[in-house]
Amino acid sequence: MLLIHCPHCQENRDEEEFSYGGEAHIVRPLEPEALNDEAWADYLFFRTNSRGIHHEMWYHAVGCRRYFNATRNTVTYEILETYKTGTQPTIVGASA
Amino acid sequence: MSQNRLASHTGAVIDFTFNRKSYQGIAGDTLASALLANGVDVVGRSFKYSRPRGIFGHGAEEPNAIIQLGSGAATVPNLKATQVELYQGLEASSVNGWPSVNFDVMAIVGAFGRLMPPGFYYKTFMYPKKLWMTYEHFIRQAAGLGTAPVEADPDTYDKLNQHCDVLVVGAGPAGLVAAREAARTGARVIIADEQSEFGGSLLASQQTMDGVMAPRWVASLVAELAAYKNVQLLPRSTVFGYYDHNFLTILERRTDHLGLSSAQGTRQRLHRVRAVQVVLATGAFERPLVFAHNDIPGVMLASSVSTYINRYGVAPGKKLLLFTTNDSAYQTALDWQQTGREIIAVVDTRSSPSGDIVAAVKLLGIDVIGGHGLIEAQGNKRVKRALIAPINESGTQVTGPVRCLDCDLIACSGGWSPAVHLSSHTGAKPVWDESIVAFRPGESKQQERSAGACRGTFDLTGCLAEGASAGAVAASLCGHGDGNVQFPACAVEDYTEQPQQALFLVPHTSATSRAPSQFVDFQLDVSAGGIELAVLEGFESVEHVKRYTALGFGTDQGKLGNINGMAILANALDQTIAETGTTIFRPSYTPTTFGAIAGRDVNALFDPERYTAMHRWHVEHGAEFENVGQWKRPWYFPQQGETMQAAVNRECLAVRNSVGMLDASTLGKIDIQGPDAAEFITRMYTNSYLKLAPGKCRYGVMLKEDGMIFDDGVCACLGDNHYLMFTTTGGAAGVLAWLEIWQQTEWPELQVYFTSVTDHWATATVTGPNARRVIAKVCQDIDLSNEAFAFMDWRDGTVAGVKARVFRISFTGELSYEVNVPAHYGRHIWQALIEAGEEFSMTPYGTETMHVLRAEKGFIIVGQDTDGSMTPADMNMDWVVGKKKTFSFIGKRSLQRSDTLRENRKQFVGLKTVDGQAVLPEGAQVVFDAKQKIPMSMQGHVTSSYYSAYLGHSIALAVVKGGLGRMGQVVHCPLADGRIIAAEIVSSVFYDPKGERHHVE
Repeated sequence: MLLIHCPHCQENRDEEEFSYGGEAHIVRPLEPEALNDEAWADYLFFRTNSRGIHHEMWYHAVGCRRYFNATRNTVTYEILETYKTGTQPTIVGASA
Repeated sequence: MSQNRLASHTGAVIDFTFNRKSYQGIAGDTLASALLANGVDVVGRSFKYSRPRGIFGHGAEEPNAIIQLGSGAATVPNLKATQVELYQGLEASSVNGWPSVNFDVMAIVGAFGRLMPPGFYYKTFMYPKKLWMTYEHFIRQAAGLGTAPVEADPDTYDKLNQHCDVLVVGAGPAGLVAAREAARTGARVIIADEQSEFGGSLLASQQTMDGVMAPRWVASLVAELAAYKNVQLLPRSTVFGYYDHNFLTILERRTDHLGLSSAQGTRQRLHRVRAVQVVLATGAFERPLVFAHNDIPGVMLASSVSTYINRYGVAPGKKLLLFTTNDSAYQTALDWQQTGREIIAVVDTRSSPSGDIVAAVKLLGIDVIGGHGLIEAQGNKRVKRALIAPINESGTQVTGPVRCLDCDLIACSGGWSPAVHLSSHTGAKPVWDESIVAFRPGESKQQERSAGACRGTFDLTGCLAEGASAGAVAASLCGHGDGNVQFPACAVEDYTEQPQQALFLVPHTSATSRAPSQFVDFQLDVSAGGIELAVLEGFESVEHVKRYTALGFGTDQGKLGNINGMAILANALDQTIAETGTTIFRPSYTPTTFGAIAGRDVNALFDPERYTAMHRWHVEHGAEFENVGQWKRPWYFPQQGETMQAAVNRECLAVRNSVGMLDASTLGKIDIQGPDAAEFITRMYTNSYLKLAPGKCRYGVMLKEDGMIFDDGVCACLGDNHYLMFTTTGGAAGVLAWLEIWQQTEWPELQVYFTSVTDHWATATVTGPNARRVIAKVCQDIDLSNEAFAFMDWRDGTVAGVKARVFRISFTGELSYEVNVPAHYGRHIWQALIEAGEEFSMTPYGTETMHVLRAEKGFIIVGQDTDGSMTPADMNMDWVVGKKKTFSFIGKRSLQRSDTLRENRKQFVGLKTVDGQAVLPEGAQVVFDAKQKIPMSMQGHVTSSYYSAYLGHSIALAVVKGGLGRMGQVVHCPLADGRIIAAEIVSSVFYDPKGERHHVE
């Protein structure tokens, strides 16, 4: 069970308080209608599925009810940092 | 009589039974030591060949002595006799063996063992396929794995969440000194050991430590640890899992040793520990030697024989023959000498064994036969003799004449395998080390370090040094101490060991394939020949061979057999062991009870139940309840002697003809406020809320970004920048999270705030042509006329003396008022409305009637009529999609994807059965041609289906490919029972298609 630092609560809490929110830093296109099906599908369905460094959203569902981002190593499950939505990670993998 | 108990060992007598026979043991015994003391040879039968098996080990590695404890509700299957502490009145039986372990019908199968190669069950019983269930039942009964209790578990279990700086796993020499070093620094320490006493191998050791016998040295160190306030000692506690981020689980057996009946309090406790640092000091398992018929009772591990002598005062035989590849087993010869019983010889595979301990044994006049292998044991239910023969240097061939030696006990040692299991749980891959002929723990993946035998350090001096260092370093990494060892090293006399021989399969005069079975995994009868055959059949990967032969699949998880198995596999593949690798160990280390895993989270505490404020009233009025998420909702209110269908019919007719009332409190309610609330809500729903005025409501559908319907409900404008969003009962939490993610991560510039208010309000829905008359009796300050309070309006007012919000929205098609009051007034308002409606035969109704009434109107239920693959157009609800909205609301773009625009998508329609009294089962498949061959071409399925008392016939809703273009066509629903029900595709609105009913005056 992961131990996750919530950057809003400033505490390490057990994974069971959180829910996973998928890959982070995917920006919704400002004009979806301007995209062809392929570009829209890319936004909608395709994720990097990184091996190693991965930036992802987490929701402190039974805590502060706020989303934040985590940089996690998908091989070791090590969480290298957590940071607030709207800010950038300090740890970036080769594939990112 | 306890024929094998040494006279020097005394204690309180304990009575117990095994396989219904009475025996006596001594306080401190395990079931295994007591059985050995009583000369019980056969304790079980093997799984596949049903061969008689005896006690082989003395701890978690035991493969044979698998027993069932007690009977009835508290019975526990699959315990190892070596780990069961004896208590007065203990009752145990073998899990295998029918009708008894001494006469087993399956042994006849065993006699034809050669006919049961690996994969036998797969190869033999798979055809015809449909008989597999029959075979499987028979196979399981004949070769059982214990019996699960059929009654509810009467015991109490609990869980404890714990934090510590240093968790020390194992209280042998390395673990004990590690704990002491860490404790001294002030670090919070937990030390856990699976045995009843701390000390590990030292409990059965004859060594002196700091001038005292090892067990005494242990006792004083344990007393020292117990005195620390920052140390928690957990005996009888198995660390069975090592999970991410240094989260470990410990099973503490608190009362098992007291007996099933006399125990009080929590039986077992699951410790969920988050440790900053972990020291693994889990020791090592002695490796058995693989020779022909090495499974006959009377063959044991050398260290186990020593343990039974030194710790339990039991000599498990009369005439010992020792068989070894290394020095450590010579200690067993020294220990045996103390019993005064006969020792035939020490057979050593090394050509010229030498060194201190060998010399010590020779000095006692014990015959040491070097360069020989024990190639075959003989006997039936007990070893009678052994065949030995000279073997070559590499241990691959018999090189001389075979000799026969009489003996009744064979103690064997093939070296030691570190217990790398917990280290493996972290993802660390064990590394083969030729110098110790064993796998060492791999590189740490977590904040842990191994020390002592589990790291491949087998001498006591080394174990103590490593343990002390590991404890000090672990503590310093938690901010305690400087990482240097503080306590002086313990003075120990170790023999200097000579190199061992790596030997994983003892050669026989016949080739492996023809020799008598040489067992690798005792529990599942995997032999060396079986592994070689698997390779011949083309299996190469260790993981595949494991699954094909079942090597390591028993309840002992191959603690003894795995390494020999890998090595034999490597040899057959002509690879090194390092190349072949090992299988992955996973939790649990030893079997763990479901009771402990569940803890107190059982029965009512398993999942919380949610009740509305009116719940007591429903109970008092005989409601049957339905689970909706965690909510208990009234399903229907049967009157005396009424069936469900009769009650639902009555409730439906009451609503259509007069008035009924539904407890709608469970609907999700989200209070939304902020200057950008309208803009935000408009982005989330398919339709627009920008012009929704205070006092008005609107129905909306929410899509996921893929264009599929995700939730629906009414949203009301409560005031400027203030809205109340209703969600489905089950979708409430998901919708709130959905709103939050968009606001927080995509549009943080929008000022809008969400609060769940589901539990703050109680809702009574009054519906039916007489609804207005009922409300009018208890509400004087709202003008209820159609003109002043129109459909889809809401008003603030006072109902039965309580401030209320009244919504004129309808899920039945009738005139409806949803009265919302603060939850504490829920029952009051409910009762007041029931009384006000008395003259109109006010009828409370439940979710079933709600479903029928809405289905008559063709109103969808998200999650029942939709399944995450339906767009608004699929549901014939294009009208709910705002065409002129400027912002591209969530899901809008996806409605133009080629797939969502494609023809022949499943579309929402009504089905009217040709036989109006036939009610289609929900989930029934729809086909166009009932005469086609199976498998038929399925064109859709029934999503909702009921009998409509008001209409006098059944109604169904369905999704059918191209359904909206097929009005009037007859389709067919073939059912599992062979019936085929024909139905006509009709509009999904069965009742009041023009929507005039809720405008009644």
